[in-house]
Amino acid sequence: MSVSFIERNKEKFEALQKVIDKNKSEPGPLMPVLQEAQEIFGYLPIEVQDFIAEELDIPITDVYGVATFYSQFSLKPKGKYRIGVCLGTACYVKGAQKVLDELSKVLNIDVGATTEDGTFTLEATRCLGACGLAPVIMINDDVYGRLEPDDIPEIIAKYK
Amino acid sequence: MEMVKLTIDGVKVEVPQGSTVLEAARAANIDIPTLCYLKGINEVGACRMCLVEVKGARTLQASCVLPVTDGMEVMTTTPAVREARRVNLELILSNHDRKCLTCVRNQNCELQDLADRLGVHDIRFEGEMSKKTIDSLSPSIVRDPNKCILCRRCISVCRNIQGIGVIGATERGFETSVEPVFNLSIGEVPCINCGQCIEACPVGALREKDDTEKVWDALYDEDLHVVVQTAPAVRVALGEEFGMPIGTNVKGKMVAALRRLGFDKVFDTDFAADLTIMEEGTELLNRLNNGGKLPLITSCSPGWIKYCEHNYPEFLDNLSTCKSPHEMMGAVLKTYYAEKEGIDPSKVFVVSIMPCTAKKFEAARPELSTSGYPDVDVVLTTRELGRMIKEAGIDFVNLADEEFDPTLGDSTGAGVIFGTTGGVMEAALRTVAELVTGEPMKDIEVTAVRGLDGVKETNITLGDMIIKAAVAHGTANAKALIEQVKSGEKEYHFIEVMGCPGGCITGGGQPIVDAKTKLDHDVWALRAQAIYEEDRNLPIRKSHENPSVKKVYDEYFGEPNSKKAHEILHTHYVERKKYV
Repeated sequence: MSVSFIERNKEKFEALQKVIDKNKSEPGPLMPVLQEAQEIFGYLPIEVQDFIAEELDIPITDVYGVATFYSQFSLKPKGKYRIGVCLGTACYVKGAQKVLDELSKVLNIDVGATTEDGTFTLEATRCLGACGLAPVIMINDDVYGRLEPDDIPEIIAKYK
Repeated sequence: MEMVKLTIDGVKVEVPQGSTVLEAARAANIDIPTLCYLKGINEVGACRMCLVEVKGARTLQASCVLPVTDGMEVMTTTPAVREARRVNLELILSNHDRKCLTCVRNQNCELQDLADRLGVHDIRFEGEMSKKTIDSLSPSIVRDPNKCILCRRCISVCRNIQGIGVIGATERGFETSVEPVFNLSIGEVPCINCGQCIEACPVGALREKDDTEKVWDALYDEDLHVVVQTAPAVRVALGEEFGMPIGTNVKGKMVAALRRLGFDKVFDTDFAADLTIMEEGTELLNRLNNGGKLPLITSCSPGWIKYCEHNYPEFLDNLSTCKSPHEMMGAVLKTYYAEKEGIDPSKVFVVSIMPCTAKKFEAARPELSTSGYPDVDVVLTTRELGRMIKEAGIDFVNLADEEFDPTLGDSTGAGVIFGTTGGVMEAALRTVAELVTGEPMKDIEVTAVRGLDGVKETNITLGDMIIKAAVAHGTANAKALIEQVKSGEKEYHFIEVMGCPGGCITGGGQPIVDAKTKLDHDVWALRAQAIYEEDRNLPIRKSHENPSVKKVYDEYFGEPNSKKAHEILHTHYVERKKYV
């Protein structure tokens, strides 16, 4: 299975190799490599982390330790659209939890999960830095602010 | 050496520059408490137990990582220090599975000691506690994350000393855990089962897979002929389980205790070590003379073997095909011995007492079953044997010495030094030298391969032949050596590798020595001294002079590396994957 994963994703591994070659001699190469790997693959499965560990000549436990420490990294595949609901203080006070609950209901998935068709991933995030628009959600790079739960079905419909 | 003067709790001390305040305090007879600190292995200042107040410093300082400076004034028991240590300890205890009574490390636990010493009898902090799965899939090592205090001593020894790194810190905050990646078991990753993590663990979060029940069951089974053998390293450490000083050789008491436990025969793995030298020495000469694969690398250390199988498949043909000594003994017991004694091999139950957790994995290898039954049925560590002796109520310290049973219990000085780094090489050279030159070696003590240098080298001239030899101990050192061989930078004929730093006497199945004792005592040196002393005091010090080894060849194997010897005493290796 693992061999076929590498074969299936040959081009992606070639891209990752380039990223590693670029960063290898720099101090602290692991973070930038992981960030780009996350971009390339959409998540960081064991095959990708093992590849990075071998190429940077560090234990895989170092790679995995960083990958699980920061919430920006994911070990599971993400949907085409990643919905981030800000649960920072300002958004929370302005009712972000209700927005999150509505999203969970509309998409029929729990927080952290991905819809069966692979379209949406629902995540709770820390502060997105747009407190003036609280409560805020992001769908990939699109920002939606001053939301009410009732706004949710219409927004989701745009991406279906 | 430049000295630094400072005062600690008003006591003036002078210590070498570069010392830590923790070390300096010991010079002033002050024992600062520590938990995550392990000299030379884990010096990270993480647990905050060793906090001290330093005049002029804004905050409390971790003395284990604080270098001394001239004129420094240190106070180790101020109200602020006491309160800080106490709060930190209570916080650690608040998320520790405090089932001390039923913990394998009860009364041998640095956390328990500290709680007692700091007088923590009540824990102010109550809240959610971690509830994680106990990992017991490995045949060698059990991980109980609920007891882990995240000190990272195991991570450091695995990563830095052994060069392996199969356990690390994962997640963050309350979710932090010390574990293998992707929720895998320690038995599913390229762990070599060396058990050095167990030796490093201050609490009961890492322990060996306890197999004592299997041995009790066998001892109670009247149909079985239960035979035990003990590795050379066990005799110089077992006494520690009974409060005897580190480096006491308790061979005679150990044999007596094993008989009292009910074993039908008590044999010495040292005999099999002598047998190994005959086989491996001959293998070396064959390879040298017939253009065989070189360097020949020793195969006694199952941790090292598994490491090679995962990481250096291209060197598998360099590994000696000799089984490790206790496996040879097991195979001999279920063939030669069973035949001679007229016992069906299925009724011979072989128990190996080893300083090693990797031997548990080794014994379960399917290829190590010459007679159709496993060569060795159960491996117990030195610690597990200690537990059995205690449970049986045997007054170990006051036992009268007894001797091993004859023939398979007869051994030489060469066999006993197998227990320490350099010992296999030295024993092999003692025999090979005579096989080649036909004359006794002038000085049989090969001091060039003794001691704790990570890699030791020596060239031995035998007639017109020069044997280039190297010895490495600790897997990180071995890896560095193999890399040099791989790149062509170094060339050798013969390499000894022991997976554990210091060799078997400081193996992962040996009695656990706490960090404070390790700060003041060189555990390896004390145990090694006992090993070398036994070698010096034995009447026969060369494997090929062991009359019982000669007898077994005469009666059964014919000669070293014969067809029969190959079938019974040799093995092969397999390439193993790492993660994907």
